[in-house]
Amino acid sequence: MTEKIKLANKVEAINWNRIQDDKDVEVWNRLVNNFWLPEKIPLSNDIPSWGTLTEAEKLLTMRVFTGLTLLDTLQGTVGAVSLIPDALTPHEEAVYTNIAFMESVHAKSYSSIFSTLASTKEIDEAFRWSTENVNLQKKAQIIESYYHGEDPLKRKIASTLLESFLFYSGFYLPMHWSSHAKLTNTADLIRLIIRDEAVHGYYIGYKFQKGLEGASEERKQELKDYTFELMYELYENEVQYTHDLYDPVGLSEDVKKFLHYNANKALMNLGYEAMFPATVTDVSPAILAALSPNADENHDFFSGSGSSYVIGKAVNTEDEDWDF
Amino acid sequence: MPPTAVADYRQNAEANEVTVTTDTTLIYFSSVSENTRRFVEKLDVTAARIPVFATEPQLIATAPYVLLIPTYGGERGKRSILPQIMKFLGHEANRANLRGVIGAGNTNFGEYYCIAAKKIAAKCNVPVLYTFELMGTPEDVLNVNEGLETFWAPASHKKK
Repeated sequence: MTEKIKLANKVEAINWNRIQDDKDVEVWNRLVNNFWLPEKIPLSNDIPSWGTLTEAEKLLTMRVFTGLTLLDTLQGTVGAVSLIPDALTPHEEAVYTNIAFMESVHAKSYSSIFSTLASTKEIDEAFRWSTENVNLQKKAQIIESYYHGEDPLKRKIASTLLESFLFYSGFYLPMHWSSHAKLTNTADLIRLIIRDEAVHGYYIGYKFQKGLEGASEERKQELKDYTFELMYELYENEVQYTHDLYDPVGLSEDVKKFLHYNANKALMNLGYEAMFPATVTDVSPAILAALSPNADENHDFFSGSGSSYVIGKAVNTEDEDWDF
Repeated sequence: MPPTAVADYRQNAEANEVTVTTDTTLIYFSSVSENTRRFVEKLDVTAARIPVFATEPQLIATAPYVLLIPTYGGERGKRSILPQIMKFLGHEANRANLRGVIGAGNTNFGEYYCIAAKKIAAKCNVPVLYTFELMGTPEDVLNVNEGLETFWAPASHKKK
């Protein structure tokens, strides 16, 4: 590639004692407090349950994780880095460097899973599959083309859709295994990634909205249209990718609900209204429970359907949280 | 909250700060990301906003109300209740008039989803009425509108 590398034009010493946007500090602190490494998860405890999966299920799992590895690699080496030159504050730049590094940690953690569960031959075959799968390559190419594009706000849109939407066809599977009491340590690791992606999507989406402030109505409309067009393009590809992977195990329809549910959240991170109606976002309760393993039931006092409601139960407040 | 922030907010609560009263039935907090404000604007009820910045006058509730707040979780749910919300609830009248809490959050945070709303409800002995994600879907808006209407109808108004 002969393309010129785009870097920030000007660098000044970063002063963390002069903050222009409190969100930068808030998110930096949060990311730092959330820091983790795959080595702290006892993945080897999953070896016995890996042995209970069928060959088709093992193949699916390897492929799903290779697909996720590709996206995390893209976000770590190109995506988050491409946002740095457009940063509005030096602290925003620092947050992107944290995001980029954490994406590389995510990408590496899939390799930890592979080396724990699979043979070198199986791993190599999964990686070869990832370079040959049309839909997987297409989604990486679509996103990458916007990272190399000229429009800073479009880069943020592409980045938010990757962080908050494109990962979820993959995240579905470990949540599915977890709900069947399989690969539960792997699921613990994936939950940490899911948590990180939420902060990344929230922050990049927030910076996108800051960038929109003061833009003309015409420009705002252009970016809104662009967001929905890109979402449709990615969604169409994602549906094919989902059928390709999940048809053999009969899970495609439920995975698609999970896609719709997360597409809505990706749009909301960018400040837009949800696109998919509730009738197609009703993800199976087992998957939602796998996302929040120790949480009590969701509260719905209004409809009277929440059975877990007891005043004063559930949560211990800590002094640092609460001090009248 | 770091020790200095705790000291600051105690000092402010004790000082003769500037206040403004409200008798709205819904009071909310939204940070500069404005997610929660967007949700509140879609509701049929008028609402008052807890000040984001310390320079704004503090809000004092003079009538029963429902509190609607987002969660910003630190690790393992610590420091999830923002200082502005704690400062607001530091006023006795604001605790006495609280009847229920609605939480905004993101299920990506797993067991800490809407933890701030759950903590406040537990501490103040009121129910968590509803939880929704980010800026809420049209169904969430419908549920909260209907839910609040029923909640404030005389028959179902049990507490106090």
